[in-house]
Amino acid sequence: MTDLDCQQFVEQVTAFLEGGLDPAEEQRFVDHLALCDGCDRYLDQVRQTVHALRELPAEALSPENRQALLNTFRAKH
Amino acid sequence: MEGIPPDDVLVARLRSGEESAFALVLDSWSGGMLRLARSFVSTEESAAEVVQETWLAVIEGIDRFEGRSSLKTWIYRILTNQAKRRGVREHKVVPLSSIQTGSSADDSGPTVDPARFRPPGDPYPGHWWEFPASWPTPEQGLLGGEARVLLSQALVELPERQRAVIVLRDVEGYSSDEVCDLLEISPGNQRVLLHRARAFLRGKLEEYYEEAKP
Repeated sequence: MTDLDCQQFVEQVTAFLEGGLDPAEEQRFVDHLALCDGCDRYLDQVRQTVHALRELPAEALSPENRQALLNTFRAKH
Repeated sequence: MEGIPPDDVLVARLRSGEESAFALVLDSWSGGMLRLARSFVSTEESAAEVVQETWLAVIEGIDRFEGRSSLKTWIYRILTNQAKRRGVREHKVVPLSSIQTGSSADDSGPTVDPARFRPPGDPYPGHWWEFPASWPTPEQGLLGGEARVLLSQALVELPERQRAVIVLRDVEGYSSDEVCDLLEISPGNQRVLLHRARAFLRGKLEEYYEEAKP
């Protein structure tokens, strides 16, 4: 099996993070990662993006909508 | 905030009309529901209406909940059904179920601009011309308020199927199995959509940090 290049690496990032590469593919991926600072940085930035998404503030119902639902719930019981 | 009790306890409380239990799920789950609804409909207002209709259906239908899935999954299913129906009316969506096999233009092709890599015939074909620029470290405040706004806006720009997947996986923290189940898509399809969405958002942050550079 030939070595992975950077262009192939970036398309395997999600499969790698999901544990979806087979052992040989994963080996190639990790080998490339060890040698390439650019791809190491790319992978880290994808991780940071995922992390940033987790930190997004929650959206919320408007107070009017929330109150209307609580009223409906109360009225039913 | 009080933790959410196990489903059997929660459902019993809801059925007996305990308002604090309803307020708890309302406050815990509505944010995620709004984001998910926004994947299917055109506007924030429309998404808010879908969430409202969903909760009304939950209030009406809680006695019919059979516990075959978790309560939250059951509610999310009602939401996606309502949202899809409305999305079709607004001519926004391709029904999710139709993506199982075929792929649209959004689902294929490279996720990083090929011009960033050396071409065939180069001594190092397929390798970066220039490494991606480094980003500010978390200590320097990776995600300032502006970056957060940018990310929220970029989510809306995503094709709706990619958006639904990344919202559920990365914003809401669902497992891939749960997401496949909720959206009725295959694991392979789920991964492709997630991959493309993450690459797009990374690219948006990259542009942002590039422009923000002193």
